[in-house]
Amino acid sequence: MKKRSQTYPSIGDCKKNNINLWQCPSFLFIVMGIVNIVVILLMYLLVKGSDIPELVIVSVVSVSILILGVGVLMINSVYKEVLMNQMKSEFVSIASHQLKAPLSGMRWSTDILLADKDSFSVDQYGYIRGIQDSTSRMVRLVNDLLDVSRIEAGNMQVKLQETDLSGLIKIVVSELNSFALANNVELFLKIDQDLKKVKTDEIRIKMVMQNFIDNAIKYVGTKNGKIDITLKNEKDKVVFLVKDNGLGIPKEEQEKIFDKFFRGDGIAKKQTIGTGLGLYIAKAAIEGSDGEIGFNSEEGKGSTFWFRLPAIK
Amino acid sequence: MNNNKKKILIIEDEATLQKALSDMLIKEGYEVVSAIDGLIGLDLARSENPDLILLDIILPGMDGFDVLRNIKQKDNSEVPVIILTNLSDLDDIQKALDIGATTYLVKADFHLADVLKKVEEVLVK
Repeated sequence: MKKRSQTYPSIGDCKKNNINLWQCPSFLFIVMGIVNIVVILLMYLLVKGSDIPELVIVSVVSVSILILGVGVLMINSVYKEVLMNQMKSEFVSIASHQLKAPLSGMRWSTDILLADKDSFSVDQYGYIRGIQDSTSRMVRLVNDLLDVSRIEAGNMQVKLQETDLSGLIKIVVSELNSFALANNVELFLKIDQDLKKVKTDEIRIKMVMQNFIDNAIKYVGTKNGKIDITLKNEKDKVVFLVKDNGLGIPKEEQEKIFDKFFRGDGIAKKQTIGTGLGLYIAKAAIEGSDGEIGFNSEEGKGSTFWFRLPAIK
Repeated sequence: MNNNKKKILIIEDEATLQKALSDMLIKEGYEVVSAIDGLIGLDLARSENPDLILLDIILPGMDGFDVLRNIKQKDNSEVPVIILTNLSDLDDIQKALDIGATTYLVKADFHLADVLKKVEEVLVK
């Protein structure tokens, strides 16, 4: 690859590219230059008329110039990293959009075929379903990657609107019920009668709820599972809880749970499908709505995942 | 089907999507006119007098934003327009809604049945 020539963006360029001022080389050069001049001036004022030996003065000034030099190098590497990250995010975003075009073609073509059940043998129909399911998974994956690239570029887009979580959770539970039953898991839903509304991004919050329950089903293990889903008021907040009696999360994995691409070890890794992006995105989504997210878990006993959003008064 | 042969114009350059959409809509009893290019699409929007337009954003000839601008701002047309896009950035979608699109859908996230539902919703209004 050809090496790029080193040019430093002006403060204006940094602003245009959404680069934090404290990561912008030209701004930092100016700041460090000013600091240096101040140090030298102070030294001058301090030693004027005093009897501090010249050697001390010379060494302090040289150290201060040395620090400036090292600083320049450090700033340079930080800036390069920021730029790299941005390029990576942009790449993912463009690649994802390009992937979506052929995926919509696959999805709609199989939609047409599936609407025409009688023209196919049972086997053939099954294969078309297979394409359809794979396409859906691919679309979800691309959407997750897009979200990750947005989070990293610092512009996770949230559209806040007044939302009734009880309506949303009913839809989510009805969509996931058959998946739960297929895994021998029962879902129990409990909602406060007078549940307050919240201001949030409806689509994303639905994804977060789906993600919590989907994870609980996957990680509940082989025994007959039970998942309690609760929505309740708590002072001026609304709390959403998903409690399972599954495998629980080993202590050493707990701190990594919201990391990008993290997936739980053990049975889950072998048996379930997933990218390890769900909770990472969920955290960004909840925090984007001024909420909190977390979990409690004990290995062998189960886990409870929760989020809390400010209620509308 | 109670739609008295409503006429729908599809402006979409991807052949597979174009065909899947029109096959489905024809099967549902709609009359369908298609364009694979923004300029032709705009011509048809003016000459065919459709009841609804499905409009892609990235198009050869003239992009969807400009087609929409011509229909809405120059012609002052009342025809409902559903944006079909794979751009899922809220900024782009907001831009289309500001120009005068009725609603939008992200193609890869929707099944044809969802598109149909949206078409029916918009036509009823």
